[in-house]
Amino acid sequence: MGDFIVKNLTETLGKFSAMVMEFLPRLLAMTIIIVVGGVVAWIVKILLRRILLFLRFNSLFESAGITQMMPKTALPSPSDLLARLVFWVIWVSFMLFGVNALGVVALEEEISRFFLLIPQIFVALVILFVGLLIANFAARATLLAAVNANSPSPRLLSGVVRFIIVILVVTMALERIGLGHGVVLVAFAIFFGALMLGLALAFGLGGRDVARRLLEKRFAEEQKKEEEGMSHL
Amino acid sequence: MSEDTFLSDEFLQQITAAGEADILAGVPTFNNARTIERTVRAIQVGLAKYFPRQRAAIVISDGGSRDGTLDQAKSISPPDFRTMLAAPPLRTMHTLATTHRAIWGRGGAFRTIFAAADLLRVKACAVISPDLESITPEWIEGLIRPIYRENVDFVAPIYLRHKFDGLLLKQILSPLIAAAYGYEIQEPYGGELAFSGRLAARYMNEGAFSREFMRQGAEVWMTTTAMAGGFRLSQSFLGPKIHAPKSGGLDLAGTIQRVVGGLFNCLETHQQFWISRNQVEAVPLFGFENDMELPAVRVDRRRMFQMFQTGVQELASVHALILSPDTLQRIREIAKLSDREFCLPDDLWVKTVYEFAASFHHTVINRDHILQALTPLYRGRISSFLHENHEAGITDLGEKLKALRLQYQQSKSYLIERWSA
Repeated sequence: MGDFIVKNLTETLGKFSAMVMEFLPRLLAMTIIIVVGGVVAWIVKILLRRILLFLRFNSLFESAGITQMMPKTALPSPSDLLARLVFWVIWVSFMLFGVNALGVVALEEEISRFFLLIPQIFVALVILFVGLLIANFAARATLLAAVNANSPSPRLLSGVVRFIIVILVVTMALERIGLGHGVVLVAFAIFFGALMLGLALAFGLGGRDVARRLLEKRFAEEQKKEEEGMSHL
Repeated sequence: MSEDTFLSDEFLQQITAAGEADILAGVPTFNNARTIERTVRAIQVGLAKYFPRQRAAIVISDGGSRDGTLDQAKSISPPDFRTMLAAPPLRTMHTLATTHRAIWGRGGAFRTIFAAADLLRVKACAVISPDLESITPEWIEGLIRPIYRENVDFVAPIYLRHKFDGLLLKQILSPLIAAAYGYEIQEPYGGELAFSGRLAARYMNEGAFSREFMRQGAEVWMTTTAMAGGFRLSQSFLGPKIHAPKSGGLDLAGTIQRVVGGLFNCLETHQQFWISRNQVEAVPLFGFENDMELPAVRVDRRRMFQMFQTGVQELASVHALILSPDTLQRIREIAKLSDREFCLPDDLWVKTVYEFAASFHHTVINRDHILQALTPLYRGRISSFLHENHEAGITDLGEKLKALRLQYQQSKSYLIERWSA
């Protein structure tokens, strides 16, 4: 009985030792891959940042005010942002390679799926980033135009413009990574249609008098403007 | 880009047929069929009366009119000078007409006129607006004579105006240009101006084809380029300026965007010149400055004040990106005042304009947005100015504008500080 237990324990220990001996090099390989990946990603980041600065990448966004706006929204400059993004993509890729080196079958499948998803995530992030910038830009342009035209509720108009663009962009980004394929689009279409219909009904039925007054006021203002006859130049 | 690459073959043939000229009068047109004949007639008589011995040409540069302006311009024959002048002109007067690309606006018309001036080797060139009701032949003399006889290179107009007319010029353009460039010119954005052949050649070489020049105030660019280039400047009194009524013009925000944006662009282009310039010179004036009663200008000052208040309130987040905290705080405080108490003082106004110029230079946000954000503040300044001066006489008003110019000049170091930050 005692011999049997000792024999089993010895076998189990042997197998465990063999597994550990087999696993340790893989763990070491994973660590080396991750560390090397980190170094490679860091070097690429530094090089890319310098190349982008040399190519005046930030100036591409300057005329639209994006370069100047990003620090104000707690974002780094466009060149820095791209360099950081590339750093993380490279390092995460190395990490996944490293995990793959462990040889765990279940993880391998998930990793290969993730690698297939990376380009889509990247595109979705770009869509989201550009979309948010466009939303901010359009919202501010609407606000300024509404204030200068003396329109009622300029901030509301600006907010509506921002909201619609953000919703559209988020929908596009989610669609890109395949989340709720079709569902998001349909939900957006229903939501947007309902919003417009609601506004049309509210304004057409409930606010006929308001609409008339607004148009009359607008027309009167145009006439008044004509009467002013003041030339600023 | 050389002239012959953007001028049409037909126009080049017209230039070749004309040969050379001493004087050129350019008319940039766009849907001006109603007034073009009168303008061209005044130019023809002016050239024949005051420059009978000189070879003269008139260039109509049209931006793609749809009302037949170009055809009408081509069909204008010289008038019977015997009924108007003691002696007929001694030389043939050529009238040339062409179309430029409308997308470039007035800048495109100017480009064609510069090219024609260069190819015709003219000594003096005047530009005349096509929609004037008050133009007389004497305007041609007023613009051309200082260049042709007095060896001046650039002539800016001076118009007889109502005291509340042209306030964008009086409150921003003229005093800012005087403070920065060191030349006191009353009308740096005159629709009528004249320049020498030498200066026309400089305009051609100075990037007359740049996008900003085409898009924004070409006249400001021409005025400031002449200043920065060390050319001899003068002003000529022309009399009252009355434009024909026109629909579809730019609104105030669009005007500020084009004209003030044009000036801010020029400040960037010429920064080497104006940052180091310290003195301010008066620019010589030609012509007899008469005075007459002009029709009153109707302005709804309260509406302007209300739009200022709305602008300050609604655009707080945008103004915070452009203005310094101190300036913004002062503007917010005065925006709370009642219509009767409201006053936007000179020092605050000048500081505001300088901070906008510096923010434009540093592109703190989109440049068009910066200029649009200036519009409500300008309305506030105008409202304040009208409130303070509605009973002021011409002399008092002149003193106040002089004080404003002085304020701009004294605060120039602040502009340089913000600009170079």
